[in-house]
Amino acid sequence: AEVEETLKRIQAHKGVIGTIVVNAEGIPIRTTLDNSTTVQYAGLLHQLTMKARSTVRDIDPQNDLTFLRIRSKKHEIMVAPDKEYLLIVIQNPCE
Amino acid sequence: MFGDGAARGADVESLWRRDPGSRCEAKSCQTEEILTVETAAQSQSSQDNGMQTDESEETAQDLNFQQEAAVDYSGLLSFLQGVEDVVIKELNKNWRSHAFDGFEVNWVDQNETVSCLHSLSYPEAQDQKLQVTSISWNATGSVVACSYGRLDDGDWSTEKSYVCTWNLDRRGLNPKHPDLVVDVPSSVMALAFHPSQPSFIAGGLYSGEVVVWDTSRIEDPLLWRTGMTDDTHTDPVYQVDWLQDSKQSHQFRVLSVSTDGKLLVWQTGKDGQLMLAEGFALVAQQLPHSTKLKKRTRGETAVGVTSLSFSHFDPTVFIVGVEGGYSLKCSTAVDTPAVPRTGSSVPLKAPAQFAFFPHGGPVYCVSCSPFHRNLFLSGGTDGHVHLHSMLQAQPLISLQLSKTYLFSVRWSPVRPLVFAAASGEGEVQLFDFGKSSQKPAVSIKQTSNRTPVYCMEFNSKQIQLLAAGDATGMVKIWQLSSDFIQQGPREMHHLEQLANEVTE
Repeated sequence: AEVEETLKRIQAHKGVIGTIVVNAEGIPIRTTLDNSTTVQYAGLLHQLTMKARSTVRDIDPQNDLTFLRIRSKKHEIMVAPDKEYLLIVIQNPCE
Repeated sequence: MFGDGAARGADVESLWRRDPGSRCEAKSCQTEEILTVETAAQSQSSQDNGMQTDESEETAQDLNFQQEAAVDYSGLLSFLQGVEDVVIKELNKNWRSHAFDGFEVNWVDQNETVSCLHSLSYPEAQDQKLQVTSISWNATGSVVACSYGRLDDGDWSTEKSYVCTWNLDRRGLNPKHPDLVVDVPSSVMALAFHPSQPSFIAGGLYSGEVVVWDTSRIEDPLLWRTGMTDDTHTDPVYQVDWLQDSKQSHQFRVLSVSTDGKLLVWQTGKDGQLMLAEGFALVAQQLPHSTKLKKRTRGETAVGVTSLSFSHFDPTVFIVGVEGGYSLKCSTAVDTPAVPRTGSSVPLKAPAQFAFFPHGGPVYCVSCSPFHRNLFLSGGTDGHVHLHSMLQAQPLISLQLSKTYLFSVRWSPVRPLVFAAASGEGEVQLFDFGKSSQKPAVSIKQTSNRTPVYCMEFNSKQIQLLAAGDATGMVKIWQLSSDFIQQGPREMHHLEQLANEVTE
C-alpha cells in the first residue's frame, strides 16, 4: 500500500504521463500505463539502462550509473536504477 | 668264406604309357542344394506427432505482471523510498527547466522548400483532354495511381478513359509512360488502393459501376466488378474506400458512395462479381432535424453523397459530405431502415445521426483527423474549409481558401496541425495551425494557367511526398519541406485546445 502511495505521489507531479517499475529481469511489476506501452517501455529502457551502466563502468570501473535522463522531442524519460529495480517516469517537457 | 652270389635284379615296373585310367578314381561331387526361403519384410511402426510454437513472450509477460502485481516484493518499498526524492527533484527541475527551449537536433538533412519531384502524365489521355479525377498511393507508398475522366461535363458519355500507375521507386521512371495503363469503358471518378494488398485497386465509374483491378496482372487486370445490376448505383460513384470486415479482420470490403444517395458495401462473390453486402441510403426526410434542407422536397428525395471519410478512432463512425452543402455524421451501427425504395437486394439503412452547419455548395471533400477523434475538415464549392468538432454543429474555424471551388482537403498523416487543400485556381495550399490559423503556410502553384487541381493525396509511408492531379491531365509529385513532416513538441496539446474551443 505504501508502495502505491509513493507511486501516486510521483504520478501526481506536473506533466507526468506515466510511471513504471521494472524488476531486474526487465519485467514490469507496477505501471500506470496500458499493457502494450508498458511492455515496450520496460523492455527497451531496461536494455538501454543496462547498456548505459556498462558504458559508465567500462570507462571507469570505480564509477557507476546513478540516474538516466532522455530528452526527446515529445517527452523526457527518467530512469532511476538500482540492483533490483528500475523506476521509469515519463514526463512532458515544460511549456 | 665268401661265395658268389647272384643278386636278384630289382624289378621296377614302368609307368610309361600305362593306362592312366587304372589309377584314376572315380569321384563325384556336387554342391549342396541351395535353400531358398521367401519372406516379406516391411517397416511397421509409424508415429504421429503434433507441435506448436509457444505463445509469444510478450503476452506471457503481460499476464505475468498482472499476476505478480498482487505479490508484494520485498525491497520494492525501500527502493522506491530511496529513489523518490531524487526523481521528484528531477521532475520539478525538468518542469521548470528552459534549457532545451528552441533547441533542435538535425538528424536528417533539412529541406527548406517544397519542390516538384515528378510531373507524370499519360499523353493519350491528355490528347483526349481528360482530367485527373482521383489519385491514390498504394500500401507500400511507392506506387501512385491516377484515374482519368471528366468533372466539368455532366453529360453521359461513352468516352473511354484510363487508370495509370507509376512506381516512383523504379529505376528509369518515365514520367510520360505509365507502368500500367488500364482501359476503362467509362470515366473513372474515384480510386482507392487496398490498405494492405499493394496491387489491388478499387475504382468507381461514372456509370455507377464499382470495379477492382489487380495491377500485377498486366494482361487482364480486372479482378471483380459489380456489373450493371439492380443494386448498382444509378449515378456516378464519387468515392470508393476499403472497409475492414467487422467479423474477419483480414477481410476487406469495398465501399462506394454516389450522388444517388446510396452508400453501398460490396464483398467479393464468385465469378469475379462484387455482391452487395450492406447498404445505406440518405433520404431527405430522414435527415436530422437541424438541417433545413429545402422544404419543398416531397416523397422520398435522395440526398446525393459526394464525399466520405471514416473516423480513425471509431470504425463505425463516418462523415459524409452531400450535394446540399451539409456534412453529416453517420454510423454504420444503425438499425433504422431507410424509407423503402425498390430494387435493392439488401435492405438499406439510414445512417445519418447529426448534421453540421452547411457550406454554400456541394461538399466535395471531408477528412477526419488522424490525431483527434472529434475533428474533421470539410471543403466545398464555396471555397471555404470548415474545421469541425463532431460534437457541435457550428464550425470551429471557417476559412476562405479560394475564390472558386475547393475539390480536395486532406489532413497530413504525420503532422496533427497540418492540412492541405486543392483549389479551383490551380493551387495546393498547405496549412499549419501551429503557424497561422488565417493564411496558408505555403501555397504551391500546380498549374500555370489557373486550371483547377481536382485531387490530392498525402503519402503515409513516404511522408515527404504529396501527389496532386489537375485538369490538364498532369499528376505532380511534390516533396514537402521538413517543417511539414516533423512533428513539433506540443502539437497534440495544441490540437486538443483547438478541438475544445466552443463556438456559439
